[in-house]
Amino acid sequence: MGTTIPLPPGLLRMVFTAVVVIALVFLNSLILGYVERKLAGRFQLRPGPMEVGPHGILQLMADAVKLLGKQFIIPQAANSPLFRLAPLLAFVPVGAAFIVVPLSQKLQVRDLDVGLIFIVAVMALNMVATLIAGWVSNNKYSLFGAVRSVAQSVAYEIPLLLSLVAVVLMTHTFNMQEIVLSQDHIWHVVQQPVAFLIYFIAGMAETHRAPFDLPEAESELTAGFHTEFSGIRFSFFFLAEYTNMFFVGSIAVVLFLGGWHGPQLPFMDYSAAVWFLLKVYSLLLIMIWVRWTFPRVRFDQLLNFCWKYLTPIALVNLLVTAVVVKL
Amino acid sequence: MEEKRPSRLRTHSYAELAKQRERAGIYHADPTEQPLMQLELVDKFFNLCRANSLWPLTFGLACCAIEMMALGMARFDMARYGAEVFRPSPRQCDLLIVAGTVNRKMAPAVITLYEQMAAPKWVIAMGNCAISGGPFAGEENYVVVEGVDKLIPVDVYVPGCPPRPEGLLEGILKLQEKIAGSRYPFPQYNPPRKDK
Repeated sequence: MGTTIPLPPGLLRMVFTAVVVIALVFLNSLILGYVERKLAGRFQLRPGPMEVGPHGILQLMADAVKLLGKQFIIPQAANSPLFRLAPLLAFVPVGAAFIVVPLSQKLQVRDLDVGLIFIVAVMALNMVATLIAGWVSNNKYSLFGAVRSVAQSVAYEIPLLLSLVAVVLMTHTFNMQEIVLSQDHIWHVVQQPVAFLIYFIAGMAETHRAPFDLPEAESELTAGFHTEFSGIRFSFFFLAEYTNMFFVGSIAVVLFLGGWHGPQLPFMDYSAAVWFLLKVYSLLLIMIWVRWTFPRVRFDQLLNFCWKYLTPIALVNLLVTAVVVKL
Repeated sequence: MEEKRPSRLRTHSYAELAKQRERAGIYHADPTEQPLMQLELVDKFFNLCRANSLWPLTFGLACCAIEMMALGMARFDMARYGAEVFRPSPRQCDLLIVAGTVNRKMAPAVITLYEQMAAPKWVIAMGNCAISGGPFAGEENYVVVEGVDKLIPVDVYVPGCPPRPEGLLEGILKLQEKIAGSRYPFPQYNPPRKDK
């Protein structure tokens, strides 16, 4: 918040932030959902959603309202309280992670000194929700999906964090804003191309995007960990997935692509969010592109790729970075 | 002629009722089954949205399923009407397209899938086999269920052997009409193209 405007009382600010963050979460999911379906159509030489609103822009609205009006089935064998809780547990942490995302120099809820650790930690909570969702459904497909999800997340978190640490070694800080400020001359992607690639691949695996969407592999596991969820609670998992994609993109932009740096605009302190969002959505576009282009990997390929290639390369990259920084 | 044995086929409890209503020309629910609170405008809006986001179940039984897949592909593209989201889990679907022959062995599975779907849900019987048994209907038939409407309530019948993808698309449009009350529930952005 700007220093020229007198700050509203803390509580008011908190409520305001919560409303804005939740609105952003929903807006982001609506945009990404629409773009994904439209692009999926375009990649397959079909028009995609066309009839609901001009070029189908209201399609996601129709879907959301329909899901809101659907019956919510709780299987008899499921653990009812946890079954009700799991979708919320997937959804709430992603709202919390918005706190440290630096949209521009002044558009940030809280400038935490451990911002990077915070956002990575909160994103990892999603895995717990997935595990609970799969386990309490009391369905073999759900359980398999959840177990796969955990194995995949545990494996891919290691190269992901190692690639982030390489940047932290260069900037000497976990503060998101300071990492952005350190890139005003040269973006870290130029100095750390390997770390960026590793981060991007591991990030796609973290968010369970194709070609790493094994936890919800449709041809093998029905719908994976959310097989038993219907209606709006099912859509919470989708919201969580899309918001996590947004965070993977944001971390990549903050650490490697210069954050909100870009050509000068009027009111740069605030309007730099345009550059930030532009960069994030270009990365997300690439993720969608990858999803609709490549087939799904096998599970042994998935884990082998992580343990045999990504992790050693990330370690070597970290070592080289440390030596270069020290010299 | 042997004497008629009682059928051991399990059927959904609404199937017979739905057929009777269909014959009597009643397409809407019994007024006694209406919810306690009725908000007409909200209902209309919800129905509008439901009609435009019919997610079908990934469920193909026979050769009609190939035509169903063709409808999702580039030339026909049911995504235009928001119906391309084939969900693999019945919990997340709105529409069961019975695409093909239903055997007595498959019948319990069809009923289970229908029961697992979350309300509100709709069924399209696609192809002659699903409507009446098609070429398999006959005296010596011992295995094919002659019409899936014996098992579960059916909303729209799409005849053909198999129906072309346009036929199924017309079926989906009919279903939209049935749900929302008008043929193109959302105002059309592109006016229908005129032939020369």
